[in-house]
Parts: sequence; structure tokens; C-alpha cells
Amino acid sequence: MNKVLSVEALHKSYGAKPAVAGISFEVGRNEIVGLLGPNGAGKTTTIHMILGVLQPTTGTIRIEGRDLATDRSRALACTNFTAVYATLPGNLTVYQNLRILGMIYDVKQLSSRIEELLVQFDLKAFRNVKCGLLSSGEQTRVQLAKALLNRPHLLLLDEPTASLDPSAARDIRATIREFTVRDSVGVLWTSHNMYEVQDVCDRALFLSHGKILLEGDPKTLPREHGKISLEELFITVAREPLTLGAG
Amino acid sequence: MKTLRFNRAAAIVLRQFYLMRGSPARLLPLFVWVAIDIVLWGFITKYLNSIAAPGFNFAYTLLGAVLLWDFFGRVMLGVTTAFLEDVWSRNFINIFATPLSISEYITGLVMTSVSTSLIGLAVMMALAMLVFGLSFFVYGLMLIPFLLVLFLFGIALGVFASAVVLRLGPASEWLVWPVPALLSPFAGVFYPLSVLPSWMRTVAHFLPPSYVFEGMRTIVLGGRFSGITLLWGGCLAVLYIILAGGYFVRVYRYAARTGLLARYSAESAS
Repeated sequence: MNKVLSVEALHKSYGAKPAVAGISFEVGRNEIVGLLGPNGAGKTTTIHMILGVLQPTTGTIRIEGRDLATDRSRALACTNFTAVYATLPGNLTVYQNLRILGMIYDVKQLSSRIEELLVQFDLKAFRNVKCGLLSSGEQTRVQLAKALLNRPHLLLLDEPTASLDPSAARDIRATIREFTVRDSVGVLWTSHNMYEVQDVCDRALFLSHGKILLEGDPKTLPREHGKISLEELFITVAREPLTLGAG
Repeated sequence: MKTLRFNRAAAIVLRQFYLMRGSPARLLPLFVWVAIDIVLWGFITKYLNSIAAPGFNFAYTLLGAVLLWDFFGRVMLGVTTAFLEDVWSRNFINIFATPLSISEYITGLVMTSVSTSLIGLAVMMALAMLVFGLSFFVYGLMLIPFLLVLFLFGIALGVFASAVVLRLGPASEWLVWPVPALLSPFAGVFYPLSVLPSWMRTVAHFLPPSYVFEGMRTIVLGGRFSGITLLWGGCLAVLYIILAGGYFVRVYRYAARTGLLARYSAESAS
């Protein structure tokens, strides 16, 4: 498997309290990996470290073979993300936000790339509308357009469909799936929607108390651990992680 | 070796341009407050000229000093306001989770300040010349290094103030606004440093603007002003830029290490 993301022995502590406790995993090309776990399990901390906005206590992160700690700019040039807590400035229009970030990511033929994404995410009508005036669903589409702006090799999606209706969420999943295959992208996807995870993820990592507790195919994992559904497995991870054992 | 990409710094400038184009509330302060200052001090100098002994024009000392000091203030606020836009719109993750380097970001803030402060300077010079008859020929070519030293120190202070806000959280922005007013008594904007008590004079010698205003007064009063003295002020300003840049990088690394950057609006680092 050709690795896009390689995380080794990643550890983050706040004082004596570990938020992420020595996790290691990889994301390959054409692969969508679900990062699952209850609130406070360390998912967002992990994503923040991969995005370079949080420095790990120890451990290494390599994106396309580039060490994030020593080659940050080049590592992040082929990465992008969307997260519910990182909305684009509401006082700029959709076009303006995409233009500014496109320049930061050094996107070639930026104008045509923006127009392409506006069509792809059905945002033509909102081109000159300030992002703060959009509905949450429309804002999500803008964020996804932004996330694909630089044709990233690694895409980090922190609950990308959290504010979408089921129909819009399905369309977005299909778009990301298509993009993943077409452009050989690796995706790290967090979600609390277990149906979504089973539908879209090739592999799932269950995080609990900063550690990877389980790893495997989300379609077969429940059965392997004596559970009826992924949701039931999730609840067990959240409430009784010790009953599952490492691994 | 890390290379600075102009396109990325230009994106920071473009962002400010978009914000100003769509918002008179951002555009007007670029020249309204400085214009009011020039008008106010213009009339004060007119009045002083009418009651003082003939032959001395207060416009060259007072109005000129106001213009230079306001220029310095605009340069500093040009940097900090551009930075605060990212604070106000909670944009740190979108900005810092990109290939943008800290030096490119700061360069963008400085480029923004260059353009906004030049607008303010042009308005002030036009008003001072056309309405109050202030001729800049009095200062001669020294006007250029005067402006340069004030510009460099304004940049240094703007970067330092931004780092302080990054370190202390969004609520600390109020610390930024009064900085020029706090420095003005020490910088000898309106009076010679000789009137200050000795401890204030010592502080003044560490402030690049004090060399500018001493020089300006010396020239207006017909004395000889050594360029070497101003060069010392310029060197101090450059030193402060290096220190301020270093401090910003240090605070940024602290913010990334403690989680402050990712959870900035919470104003707490664990």
C-alpha cells in the first residue's frame, strides 16, 4: 500500500494528562479511514496534530513521506481539511475565501479551479454571497470546496456531514468517494454516524482514552467482536472499553 | 532552505483589501482620525502663530510632529488590525493549517500596513499642505529617513503587539490600542527631550521616534542635525523588528505546543 499519511508513536499530553497516548496508524492512497471514538477520545487532538496546529509531545507524522516537524510547508501543501469548528470567515464571500486560500496553497490556474468547484458543489448561486449568510448545509459545501481546492493527497474530514440533511450527506459522501478514487487520495474521516462510516470507510480505527482500541473493516468489525452493529460496538467502546481488549 | 513565497503573503493583503472594499467601517478609519488630528492641530498652530512673536511657524514643529506621530500609529495599527481580523473571525486554524509560514504571514501583515499607512500619510500630507500651508521642504531630504525610522518602529511594535494578543487571548486586544499614546510622552513628540526628567530621558534613548522628533525640531530651528544620530535610531528600529519577529515565532510555538492555537477562542492553554 502506498502511504499518504504515516503516524508513528504519536503522543500528546497536557501536563500529566495524556490526550493521545502513543498511537500509530497509516492511511494509504485510495483509502478512506474512519477515526471513531466517543467525545474526548482524542480524535480532534490527532487531527490538529496532523494539521500542524498542535505540536505532539512525542512521535512523528509523515505526509507523503515528509516529516511534518521539519518540512511543514511542503507536507501541508498536499493536505487539506474541513471541520465544523473551523468555518471560513463569514465576512468574506465564497469566491473571496476560495481565492485567498487558493493563493496560500499555490493552486495553479486558480480562477478556473474555483469555478470548477463552485459547479461541483452547486455553489454558483452563492459565489458572491458572504459565507456568514449561508445556511449550515451551504457552509459545509463551501468548506468541502475549500478542502478540495489544492487537489490534496491527504484529506482530513472532521465530521464533514454533521450539519447536512440525509440527502445532501449522501451526495457529499459520493463526491468524496469519487474524488478519492479519481485523484488517489487518502482520507481520514471522523464521524459519529456509524451508518456513514460503514458506507464510506474502508477501514476504521476506534479510539478510546487516546489509544487505538480496535482496527478493521467497519463492515466486519461488529461481528468479529460479537456485536450486531457498528453502533453497538461504538457504545461498548465508549462505555466498557476494557471488555474489548487491545487490538 | 525555506523560501518565502510572495503569493502567500499577497493572499494576506488581498484578504484585507476584500474586507475594506466591502466595509466603509474599515475603510474610513484609515484616514478619518488622522484627518481630524491634522485639522485640530492645524487650527491650534494657526492660533499659536497669531499670538506668538512673528517669524516662528508652529506648523513646522507641532503640525509636522502630529503628522509624523500619526503616521507611526497608523503603521503599528495597520499590522495589528490585520492580525486582529483573524482573531475576530476565528480564522487561525484555516490560516495556520496551511503551507503558509510564519514569516510569510508576518510579511503579509507588514505589506497590508504599508498600503494602509500610505493612504493615511497621503491624506494627512495633502490636508497639512493645502489647508494649513505646511511645506515639507523645510525638513528637506531628512523627511524620508524620518518616515522610514517611524515606519520600521511601527512595524516592530505592531508585530510585538500581535504576539502579545496571540499569547494572552482575544480579550487582550485592548492592550494594543493605547500603545502609541503610552509611548508619546517618552518620545518627545511635542517637546525636546531636555525637558524630561532623567529617567524618562533614559527611556527615550531606547525609542527610535525620539531621534526623529529631536532631529525634526533641530532642523526647523535652523540647527545642524547629524544623520549618524538618526542612523542610531534606525538601527534600534531594525533591532526591534528582529526581536519582535523572534517573539512572535516564540509565542506561536508556545501556542502550538500548549493547544492555545487550536482552541484560541477559549483563551486557555492547558
